Amino acid sequence: MSGTAKLRPLPGEFNPLVIRAEAEVAHVELCDVDLAFGRRVVFEGLTCRFPRGRISVIMGGSGLGKSTILRMIGGLQPPDRGRVLVSGQDTVGLGESAMAQVRRKLGMLFQNGALLDSMTVFENVALPLREHTRLCADEIAHQVHDRLQAVGLPDVDDLLPGELSGGMLRRAAFARAIVMAPEILLCDEPFSGLDPPNVSRIEVLLQHLNRALGLTLIVTSHHMATSLRMAEQLLLLQDRSVVSGAPAELAASRESAIAEFIGEDGAEFLARHLESSPQGSKP
Amino acid sequence: MLGPVRRLGALAVARIEGLGRMTVFLGQVGRAMLRPPVRIGYVVRAVYDSGVLSIALICASGATVGLVLGLQLHNTLSRFGAEESLGTAVGLSLIRELGPVLTGLLVTGRAGSAATAEIGSMKASEQLDGLRMMAIDPIHFVVMPRALGLAIVMPLLSALFIFFGIFGAYLIGVEVLGLDAGSYLSRLENAVDFREDVLQSLVKASVFGILLGWIATWRGYACEPHAVGVSRATTSTVVTASVCILLADYVLTALWGV
Repeated sequence: MSGTAKLRPLPGEFNPLVIRAEAEVAHVELCDVDLAFGRRVVFEGLTCRFPRGRISVIMGGSGLGKSTILRMIGGLQPPDRGRVLVSGQDTVGLGESAMAQVRRKLGMLFQNGALLDSMTVFENVALPLREHTRLCADEIAHQVHDRLQAVGLPDVDDLLPGELSGGMLRRAAFARAIVMAPEILLCDEPFSGLDPPNVSRIEVLLQHLNRALGLTLIVTSHHMATSLRMAEQLLLLQDRSVVSGAPAELAASRESAIAEFIGEDGAEFLARHLESSPQGSKP
Repeated sequence: MLGPVRRLGALAVARIEGLGRMTVFLGQVGRAMLRPPVRIGYVVRAVYDSGVLSIALICASGATVGLVLGLQLHNTLSRFGAEESLGTAVGLSLIRELGPVLTGLLVTGRAGSAATAEIGSMKASEQLDGLRMMAIDPIHFVVMPRALGLAIVMPLLSALFIFFGIFGAYLIGVEVLGLDAGSYLSRLENAVDFREDVLQSLVKASVFGILLGWIATWRGYACEPHAVGVSRATTSTVVTASVCILLADYVLTALWGV
């Protein structure tokens, strides 16, 4: 993405999102961020905020920097300029040990799982508990099985990641991402490669984590229906801008680029979803 | 006109920068060795992967080198009527030079390249980033055990190589060419000095192990995160480590006051 990329309100005289977002506390915030890979400018002046305890979904075409936003939040990709605030702390320029403290608040689901090849599924999920807690072996086993059960993988303890299917691998990675009960969960394409029942399972689990534990969720996704259904804030990355709003607001937008991305199917789906929702819209 | 000069300058700066990053990396690995938790299980596993799995290769290579050395030296020494000195010549050449150097080159090809490929693949598949996101330092968790493993196994494998080399030359000299076994072994024992020969051999092998551990893990850790990048890094490990081992051998030999 080149050119200026700032959070900008949707066209129109009144934008309730901006008012709500201003009132809400940002758990994660990117301020005036520039990033380029060689000559390719990815972000220039990117500013966006992710409210505490909300589900934010980042959408946009391939190569626009959705995963890069998550990597910047996780401190894996430093920006060329600007600030990345996690719980109010600027993480840009932090040393590895200081960053490790920040990362204890974060969980991240990578697009390809990023499970350690040489360890079994059980050992992978247990690893953060063994590294950062003093739990006994039984308690660790209990927690690992609890998370694996939650993602629908009850009998894979002794399998290596290479012996899992793509969908199982992602669910095992998801179990590892949530095993330490992080405050902020970064999910890079959590639904890709999953069959419909498992998409629903992960969606329900994400919503449960958000509602029951107040987890801040930042998700990148191409999965339009699921994104529109679960998102409380949608960020749509475009070539020269970032548009942010509630799903209903974006779906109602008359701006051609937004309408084109969401599509008629997405807008219809959302209209049906809002009609069937008891509140008519998300809180 | 200034283009080539500018490019040459940029290349030189990039090389110096690379060396600087590599030195910082060495410091980080060194610090990781001193920092708890002690990852003894991972170090033992690295020793197994780099050392135990190389034993067959080292024994076979050592014995073969010994056989060839026995034949060649016997042929040469017999021209001067000094074939009884076979034990001395074989022992000194294997202990002082051939043992550590050839072991270094063999372990580079077998275990050094494997360490680079493993760490590089972990980088390409975001496993190192996954560790960082779990607040686990990949240098402490992945790199340090492998570097330490290579440094530990090199002197041990070198000793094994020397033993099998001496045994191979014994087979040729005594069993095939009819030299006296007592003469072969006593000349060997009398010629070898602990400080001058054995210690020098151990120091050389240890330095080669540290060099290989450093180069192999750095190449994997700093490789470009894709299949071609891993492949380049693996090749680079073999070439760079082999040249460094040969250079270090010269420097150590000169410093030892031969």
